[in-house]
Amino acid sequence: MTAIQETGNEVGKARVRKEDARLITGQTNWTDNITLPGLAHIAFLRSPHAHARITSVDAHEARNASGVFAVLTGQDLRDEQGSLPCAWPVSEDMVLPDHPAMAVDTVRYGGEIVAAVVARDRYAAADALELIDVEYEELPPVLDMEEAIKPGTTKIHDQGNKSYTWELANGDLGQAFNDAPVVLERTYRQQRLIPEAMEPRSVVCAPVGDEYTMWSATQIPHILRLMLAMVTGIPEHSLRVIAPDVGGGFGSKLQVTAEEILSLLIARRLGRPVKWTESRSEGNVAVHHGRDQIQRIRIAADADGRIRGLDVNLLADMGAYLMLVTPGVPLLGAFMFNAIYKMDAYRFNCTGVFTTKTPTDAYRGAGRPEATYAIEHVMDDLAAHLGVDPLELRERNWIKHDEFPYDTISGLTYDSGNYEAATARARDLFNYQDLRKEQSERISADSPVRLGIGVSTYTEMCGLAPSRVLGSLSYGAGGWENASVRMLPTGKVEVVTGSSAHGQGHETAWSQIVADQLGVAFEDVKVLHGDTQVSPKGLDTYGSRSLTVGGTAIVLACGKVREKARAIAAHMLEVSVEDLEWTEGRWAVRGDPDQGKTLAEITLAAFAAHDLPDGVEPSLDSDATFDPENFSFPHGTHLCAVDVDTETGKVKIRSYVAVDDIGHVVNPLIVDGQVHGGLAQGIAQALYEEAAYDDSGNLITASLADYLVPSAADLPSFITDRTETPSTGNPLGVKGVGEAGTIASTPAVVNAIIDALRPFGVTDVEMPCTPERVWRAINEAKGGAK
Amino acid sequence: MRITVNVDGVRYDDDVEPRLLLVHYLREHAGRTGTPVGCDTSNCGACTVLLNGTSVKSCSMLAVQADGAEVTTIQGLAATANGTADGGLHPLQRAFHEEHALQCGYCTPGMIMAAADLLKDNPHPTEEEVRDGLEGNLCRCTGYQNIVKAVLKAANQEVKA
Ligand code: FES
Ligand code: FES
Repeated sequence: MTAIQETGNEVGKARVRKEDARLITGQTNWTDNITLPGLAHIAFLRSPHAHARITSVDAHEARNASGVFAVLTGQDLRDEQGSLPCAWPVSEDMVLPDHPAMAVDTVRYGGEIVAAVVARDRYAAADALELIDVEYEELPPVLDMEEAIKPGTTKIHDQGNKSYTWELANGDLGQAFNDAPVVLERTYRQQRLIPEAMEPRSVVCAPVGDEYTMWSATQIPHILRLMLAMVTGIPEHSLRVIAPDVGGGFGSKLQVTAEEILSLLIARRLGRPVKWTESRSEGNVAVHHGRDQIQRIRIAADADGRIRGLDVNLLADMGAYLMLVTPGVPLLGAFMFNAIYKMDAYRFNCTGVFTTKTPTDAYRGAGRPEATYAIEHVMDDLAAHLGVDPLELRERNWIKHDEFPYDTISGLTYDSGNYEAATARARDLFNYQDLRKEQSERISADSPVRLGIGVSTYTEMCGLAPSRVLGSLSYGAGGWENASVRMLPTGKVEVVTGSSAHGQGHETAWSQIVADQLGVAFEDVKVLHGDTQVSPKGLDTYGSRSLTVGGTAIVLACGKVREKARAIAAHMLEVSVEDLEWTEGRWAVRGDPDQGKTLAEITLAAFAAHDLPDGVEPSLDSDATFDPENFSFPHGTHLCAVDVDTETGKVKIRSYVAVDDIGHVVNPLIVDGQVHGGLAQGIAQALYEEAAYDDSGNLITASLADYLVPSAADLPSFITDRTETPSTGNPLGVKGVGEAGTIASTPAVVNAIIDALRPFGVTDVEMPCTPERVWRAINEAKGGAK
Repeated sequence: MRITVNVDGVRYDDDVEPRLLLVHYLREHAGRTGTPVGCDTSNCGACTVLLNGTSVKSCSMLAVQADGAEVTTIQGLAATANGTADGGLHPLQRAFHEEHALQCGYCTPGMIMAAADLLKDNPHPTEEEVRDGLEGNLCRCTGYQNIVKAVLKAANQEVKA
């Protein structure tokens, strides 16, 4: 356990962001803005088929087109392109198929790259694509996970269509289910989603001699550099990766992509800088997708609703290949199906399945929204089955606030939490009782517009991650984060972080932390990040890790600066180090506070180095790396009220209350923003979005005209509030917040819809709950038209 | 084809290909990279600019269609509009900053330009009118709550000014 530090007055303030100055005036540095002398533009030709053998590629005409520098095919690159990396081999017998950046002889999903044109501008490159003639021999698509693993189904890879089966079990499941008064069995569908960061991916790669600089719209410049070196064999120290301003990620830019590898190889071949920027329709087939699971859930309970056991069987769609962390994503859910509840036995079993679709990988929440959806859905079902209020049922099962730290059935230790407090606050804000009353009045009146109330008392594990735990899960790297502090002679501070923000506001929040830690002005702190030459060490931004892990590294680095300063201050004041205490940015003599030196004075003295104590180097700079001992476990209670028009199936969110407990808050403005955006994405899964394929395996939601990202008109205003139970795993007492809203909101909305429709006998509506699906669910339950 | 366009107060005479999109003209010929591209089906609104004072999606027009027009981008908004007293920011830019109406900022230029047009037509919108009015602009980060707040705030400030 780490002691929680007293915070100064910057942490906790609703500071408006430093980042905004460039973003609101159009002075932003997106990758696609970058232009270099002699820059060539790449366009990729992609497979129109879900599954096919490439029988010939004729690029003759394209090569001779005006302004075309080169056309490259898989055959041209087969010996140098290697295989795209997967850093998470979850089991020893996991099938990890070869994944060429450019298909050589077979394509396994619509959108896979089959050729590249390099030309003088983007229009010329796009024109030449049309001149390439590829002949395919079509193979049967494999689109359904259950079909995919049946014997006799077309094999997508030589090794078959199953990648792995992974199991986690604790307690006697047989005993838990034997003689259980209540057993419910449910199958839920987690539809496939597209992350849709608003900035499309973009890469610029420039060779200088045999060294390369890559700018990429990525969340992970450090991991990307390492992987580029490992895949291409170009020495790591000859590669520099820069993530300039990045326009959102949500996991989609937590990837090492074919386009990045190919841009590097093409820049090397041609010896000139190249740029590739995707179109949205291209991105929708080529950026990894998220979710896509079939969840079979069995829950056993006593007559009073106490949970005895939970049995989870998943089929998880990997898509056609395993990408950076594809196989591990569902396993992050393994620890979360048991959620905030106590139980006697638990089993989680997941089979990763290949289909001829775009590969899946991390999308905001990664594994945890899926788990939370299933458990919160089945808890509502159980409550309805028993005739118990859903909040009451949860209270009977959840971990009480005085039971922390608590060892869960899935093997984690939750350090802190207070589910009672968050739930009480949410009930009040929501007017729970009044809404329940209105709900029954509408039922009595047989109103065509029914009111539904959805509950989601979620928790999640974030702040990825203790390196040892990652090692035990066979992940290919650690989970630490690095920071360094550079004291400038004028008293200004440069902070270098290994986190890589793409909208989160690190420049502001990290400045607040440093201001408190060093007693300097918020304005005097400059945060540097996102360039492997500026910030050489880091593990980047994902999994709500940046504050809990990266923020802690900053605290530690600041502590080292203070300690170095102390020795110099003691020398300047001619007292011993023990006589000094740190107050408000100064080392002052205990009992004689007028005698002291500010950090700025000490920094200048260190810079001049005219009179330093023996053996003290003339620098206050420091470097620290933090490896957390545990995850952080945000939690909260979300309540959603919907009006469901039973005649049209239309759902309208009437009110949404989110009470989150993310421990201490560094910047409430930023936190509220993260929650709002997270809620919107979770609600989008519940109501609007689905990556849908037709029978031949074409993605039919490949543009933003068909894939329905909600607009302002589709969403309500949210009521947000917080309870504050500090995390004990880091000195700031903070938990992550980047994914909480997305994890919590999907089940709150779907539970509300089902709650409204239970009087008709409806127990599930498949997501997204479109008016048509809601209408059908009502009519099927009534025994009417299908 | 030869076109004459005024972009953020500067006149440009250029020869352009007839198929060149206005947004690419702005970004790659006029160097106004403040206006980004978010889609290829005119759905996201990231590319929104003012054409003779009215908002348009600059990805859904050709550069040649802007011949003779005045284009205002996010980079020229504060200077073009009245009320630039506050450190060179337009009231909408200031409100977006103060209300934390942006995270990654990719949608922000288009959102602000669309909001500027909305407030021109309807200086005192309700929350619902703001939500409906910005329907053509997608944001993946903010959940829109603070964007709506910012637009309402800017509307009120303009009343006071
Ligand atoms: S880029 Fe113009 S609407 Fe999306
Ligand atoms: S702020 Fe990122 S898309 Fe709107």
